[in-house]
Amino acid sequence: MITLGIVLVLLGEAVLFFEEVPLVDFITGTIWAPMFEPKSFGVLPLVCGTFLITCGAAMIGLPSGLGVGLFLNDFAPNWLRSIIKPVLEILAGIPTVVYGYFALTVVTPLMQRMSPSVEVFNAASAAIVVGVMVLPMVASLCDDAIRAVPRSIKEAGYALGATKCEVALQVTVPSALSGIVASFILAISRAFGETMAVTLAAGSTPKLTLNPFESVQTLTAYIAQVSTGDTPQGSLEYKSIFAVGMLLLVVTLFFNMLAYYLVKRFRTVTE
Amino acid sequence: MASMDDMLKSMSKSVTLTTGTANLGDSQIEHKAMIRAIWRPRPKRRWLAGRIFFLLTLLSTLIGLISLIFLLESILGQGWERVSWEFVSSFPSRIASRAGIKAALVGSLYLTGLVASIAIPLGVGAAVYLEEFAADTRLRRIIDVNIANLAGVPSIVYGMLGLMVFVRICALGHSLLAGACTMSLLILPVIIVTAREALKTVPMGVRLAALGLGATRWQTVRAHVLPTAMPGILTGVILSLSRAVGETAPLLMIGALSYMAFVPESPMDDFTVLPIQIFNWSARPQDEFRVAAAAGILVLLGVLLTVNACAIFARMRFQRKMQW
Amino acid sequence: MVTGNTNMSGNRQRSFDPSPPYALEARDVNVSYGTSRAVLDVNLKIPEHTIVALIGPSGCGKSTLLRSFNRMNDFVRGAKVTGEILFKDSNIYDKAADPVLLRRQIGMVFQKPNPFPTSIRKNITWGPKINGYQGDYAALVETSLRRAALWDEVSGKLGESGLALSGGQQQRLCIARAIAMDPDVILMDEPCSALDPSSTLKIENLLLELKERFTIVIVTHNMQQARRVSDYTAFMYQGELVEFGPTDGVFETPQQELTRDYVSGRFG
Repeated sequence: MITLGIVLVLLGEAVLFFEEVPLVDFITGTIWAPMFEPKSFGVLPLVCGTFLITCGAAMIGLPSGLGVGLFLNDFAPNWLRSIIKPVLEILAGIPTVVYGYFALTVVTPLMQRMSPSVEVFNAASAAIVVGVMVLPMVASLCDDAIRAVPRSIKEAGYALGATKCEVALQVTVPSALSGIVASFILAISRAFGETMAVTLAAGSTPKLTLNPFESVQTLTAYIAQVSTGDTPQGSLEYKSIFAVGMLLLVVTLFFNMLAYYLVKRFRTVTE
Repeated sequence: MASMDDMLKSMSKSVTLTTGTANLGDSQIEHKAMIRAIWRPRPKRRWLAGRIFFLLTLLSTLIGLISLIFLLESILGQGWERVSWEFVSSFPSRIASRAGIKAALVGSLYLTGLVASIAIPLGVGAAVYLEEFAADTRLRRIIDVNIANLAGVPSIVYGMLGLMVFVRICALGHSLLAGACTMSLLILPVIIVTAREALKTVPMGVRLAALGLGATRWQTVRAHVLPTAMPGILTGVILSLSRAVGETAPLLMIGALSYMAFVPESPMDDFTVLPIQIFNWSARPQDEFRVAAAAGILVLLGVLLTVNACAIFARMRFQRKMQW
Repeated sequence: MVTGNTNMSGNRQRSFDPSPPYALEARDVNVSYGTSRAVLDVNLKIPEHTIVALIGPSGCGKSTLLRSFNRMNDFVRGAKVTGEILFKDSNIYDKAADPVLLRRQIGMVFQKPNPFPTSIRKNITWGPKINGYQGDYAALVETSLRRAALWDEVSGKLGESGLALSGGQQQRLCIARAIAMDPDVILMDEPCSALDPSSTLKIENLLLELKERFTIVIVTHNMQQARRVSDYTAFMYQGELVEFGPTDGVFETPQQELTRDYVSGRFG
């Protein structure tokens, strides 16, 4: 019901937008300049910015999240586990705007001190912060998936003279793989749709670049920018955010369906 | 470790072994192959690999812990001195040192109250219906997938929906009510999912026992199933409420103000909330506003902690009652 | 109860020594979980190339004792083992002893079949692979499966999942997996309790063939099974080793009243 509403609303406005801007231009254009004359609506720079940050965040958040999951299961004694778990929950509960603040006031100055060429708004610090943001989610989902691996299978591994590392990487992780992959996908989709931290940290310069130390703009940040500015309703820019939102929705829905399917398959395997 | 001699001795025995199904000629050749085989366990190398693996996982755990400490430290360091009664009780101002969060704080609390009164009955109701009453039809399965998916839709998309439906179509304007409706939409899927999980954990026996005593389905749910599932439902509700408190993007979309010199008094008034205030201050270049943002974050985290503490307290009380 | 048993068992258990060489020798072994003690002062000599059955009512500590032979109790939080267990003339609980190398030489088969969720072939090759086996893997797979009397049933489908097999086949796959490591001792923890009678029979026949090559310690709650397959039987009760001796002796002329009551089915 709600999905239908979302789709209808977005579609309605997006169609209006595409009446004025051809779909092909939208998808393949390399310049995003809704505010200037001549107006140009090539979504690629926004996609590129989003992609850059999502990849960066995934590179940080996914392996370390899996690492935390493994650590909690294989090495942490009970007392340590009972400390780490709540800490992760706190991390997961911190509002995203706080992460944005963190990126702007702590991460970026730190990076600037290391290399002066880093811009005030840059993709890298946004990626780092989003990575830290998805870490607790990945960690707790991986933890669940790893815990669901039957103890007996791990014991079989140990009984064959395997070390802890060998059992963890060659027995546990493959058995929990679909759960782990599902957590990865959810995290990517979350990083993809993240707004506030990215708006604050990455800036608002739509650019087709792969240099993480430059300022970029993401799909979500563009929506936020337009909606906070004084854009008259019905104008082309106003309609453009619905086209962008549509794109956002389609991609995240795709990711989520994938994760949902994997988790379902994972359940049937373990039960 | 088995020495070569031991190994050879035991290997040679295997030649005389006859297994029920084995063909003796074949297996002799294979055993010779096994005798020639050498085991190279390389314990040192594997031990080293294990150490490295351990350090890697430890490192990733530390990343999480350190970033939390770092984050709290930087916010506390910057904002602690700004937090005062004056800060909480004054309105935002163009002059950073005099800016306060009164309007935002009140707006946040107001909004949370409204969201709770909209989302909790709807969410729990939907969960109970889906879990206890709905037949397992194709439609229900579609709804299941749908709800799971909705929980993952980016919050800003909800903001766009809210902007269209509540602000424009229902003509609620940039009001508290519109904000609350949008937020409720956002957290509904989360409430439904967690409440259903909680209901699923109620043992079937409880239901059967009550139905066996001649209770109707509704009586069963009300008197037995809901109370049993309450701790789980509450946890989900509180967690999603605290998400609503901290969420910014959708409200930005529907046009919550960033500068307000008065306190909202009715659900139709304009409003602002803490995260938006923080966002606004963080985005400004002056250091004084950054300090104010840090202080605002402290207050926000304080509110969140209180809400969560309430959740834990409520859950404990319910659980104690449950121990019959 | 406990003190009574101590009196009854007395020195009786030490009076019986099977002839050497021994594959495993337990000396004053105690195992405790937190404050509860599961195994009390057990002394037991397990001769090479025999099948030794550990019997007793549930909760008597027989599985715990078995799991202390290859240090699987290391993975149980709060488990503590004292005393000595000698394997190849050295104490496996020695500080310098490597549990990983130990488990490579002492295989284990569990109560419930627990194949890895991969192909049959990989189930067997994984252990040798991580332990640096340098020989011909195809031959190893075939030999191990033949010895586990499973080859004829699975030879055409080595690439299929081990989980697709029936319960009895899965358990024989687990035995094949243990055999592939070419261990000296195989520990079996109620290997037939989850299986139907015909699978059980197959595995019992298999055990009798395997003892030519391996020493087998088997925990069972099924006394008929212990009688059918084992050469020696150890009866445990409430953590203590009450009686140990040749199987026929334990079942036909038990020395202890407790043993007599148990084997005649009066309790347990």
